[in-house]
Amino acid sequence: MELLIEIFSDYTLRTVALGTAVLGIVSGALGTYAVLRRQSLLGDAMSHAALPGVVLAFMLTGSREPLVLIIGAGIAGIIGTLFMLVITRFTRIHADSALGIILSVFFGFGLILLQVVERLGLPNRAGLNVFLFGQAATLLQRDVIIMLIISVFVLAMVALFWKEFKLLSFDRDFGSSLGFNMVWIDIIMISLLVLAIVIGLQAVGVVLMSAMIVAPAAAARQWTDNLAVMMILSAIFGAISGITGAIISSTGAGLSTGPVVVLVISSIVLISILFATKRGIVWSWYSRLRNQRILRLEAILNDMLKLAEQHEDPTHPHALVVLEAMGHMQGGVRNTLNELINRGWVVQVDSTHYSLTPAGIEEAETFLVSED
Amino acid sequence: MQALEVTDLTVAYQDKPVLWDIDLDVPEGILMAIVGPNGAGKTTLIKSILGLITPAAGNVLIYGKSYAAQRQIVGYVPQRGSVDWDFPTSVLDVVMMGRYGELGWFKRPSAHDRNLAFEALEKVGMQDFAQRQISQLSGGQQQRTFLARALVQDAKLYFMDEPFQGVDATTERAIIEILQNLREQGKTVIAVHHDLQTVQEYFDWVTLLNVRRIASGPVADVFNTENLRRAYGGRIAFLREEKAAGD
Repeated sequence: MELLIEIFSDYTLRTVALGTAVLGIVSGALGTYAVLRRQSLLGDAMSHAALPGVVLAFMLTGSREPLVLIIGAGIAGIIGTLFMLVITRFTRIHADSALGIILSVFFGFGLILLQVVERLGLPNRAGLNVFLFGQAATLLQRDVIIMLIISVFVLAMVALFWKEFKLLSFDRDFGSSLGFNMVWIDIIMISLLVLAIVIGLQAVGVVLMSAMIVAPAAAARQWTDNLAVMMILSAIFGAISGITGAIISSTGAGLSTGPVVVLVISSIVLISILFATKRGIVWSWYSRLRNQRILRLEAILNDMLKLAEQHEDPTHPHALVVLEAMGHMQGGVRNTLNELINRGWVVQVDSTHYSLTPAGIEEAETFLVSED
Repeated sequence: MQALEVTDLTVAYQDKPVLWDIDLDVPEGILMAIVGPNGAGKTTLIKSILGLITPAAGNVLIYGKSYAAQRQIVGYVPQRGSVDWDFPTSVLDVVMMGRYGELGWFKRPSAHDRNLAFEALEKVGMQDFAQRQISQLSGGQQQRTFLARALVQDAKLYFMDEPFQGVDATTERAIIEILQNLREQGKTVIAVHHDLQTVQEYFDWVTLLNVRRIASGPVADVFNTENLRRAYGGRIAFLREEKAAGD
């Protein structure tokens, strides 16, 4: 609570939190497509490819204006993507290998350029290293305004191309057969992804920006089967991790924002994989247990009904040993009987005998009918 | 007027011919099967007619005009396995995609489009599954969903890539009924088919393919042992002679 008050009263922190929230929203939203199209590595390659662009932009202009560096990053990211398309199109190298090549070549080149800048002793060079792991605290209000403008543009494009992007992600060939130029739709989507990445570079860094693309969407997929809901959820997860990461790194002992953000979003992913309804591991484990219990209940009811058929009185009591002998499972019969008693389908006559209640007979019969 | 005319269609992947000099003339209002062994180029043939693969040479006319000009009257059912059925969307939403071509760029589907999609689902007996997430469908239900998406296109000429693949007997009967219904409305259906035993029962025309066009014409004329042997080589032993000869 104190922290919340601090965010809204502290000018710097407010700026930083707004900036990282925006980048979380945009990367979360665009990441939805990357994850659904199994292009997670594409975001990774593009963000690494952006590094030489940032450094070259600085070397050429001598300026550390974020807009200049962002444009450099964007151009390098797009060139990296084009290289990848050319490699996969004209050689027999597969997309994953091509991405790996682009990622390491561009990133290595960027690191060398960083060292060159250091050696040359160019003025203003301090702070370029921020682009490696990100430092949200360096965000100024004008940076955040640029980020906001780009974000609004990117999200507006997603809304405009909603139907076309869905078609591209689900069934590209069918889209082409309808007459949509899927190549252009793909280029537009990738360009938006590049934009989503470059606005996050200063705050999160090129190394870990891909986590902001992949992780929120992967977590969101666990909770919903609806594309729009998934995108909104992914944007929310992105914003939460962005803000949390920025605050922790701004207040803490000079921690880079990128790693902190990654830790936060990784926790969200872990929680989602474990506890999400329907898809979560814990949930499916629980529902399997529940199914087993219901099957056991039905099996015992069934056995008791079969025994009762040999008597005039359907509520004739049966011995526990008989039920245990009939049961196909080892033990657990008494527990299951107790559960049946709780449900009012069975009564215990004495310490070892049980009989069906009228409600239990009805239940067993409906079960038998539905089994046929 | 021929529904489809293909002349000299040739497709090659890295210098290896996949389809060689294919000529096809398909009249309006028939059900035609494309059969041939694995790797014969059946899917490639459909995809290159639809412009999804650029052919090395050849010409395709649909009702006398290029495919680009006739897109609106062509419907397509891709192979069921070609998409990710775990995609977060509903059955109705997938069927609605059949309306996207008519809608064009940027326009959102309206209530009218929803109604059309729902009607198409009724035709394939899937109306109760409209809101179902597509990962919960069986193979046959997936195929029906794709079929509904094609029906909602309201095309005159349909291309279907293995519409019977991996479906149960009930679904197979339901699908063939839908295809026959389309034929009664004067529409033309061209389907890649795998089960040689049912070609005579289901289809009017057949094209036997194995990189080259082996034969194409009315089932009674061209679906015979000799042509099958030419298409399949020695692998045709399982088909009984009298059945192949056209009873």
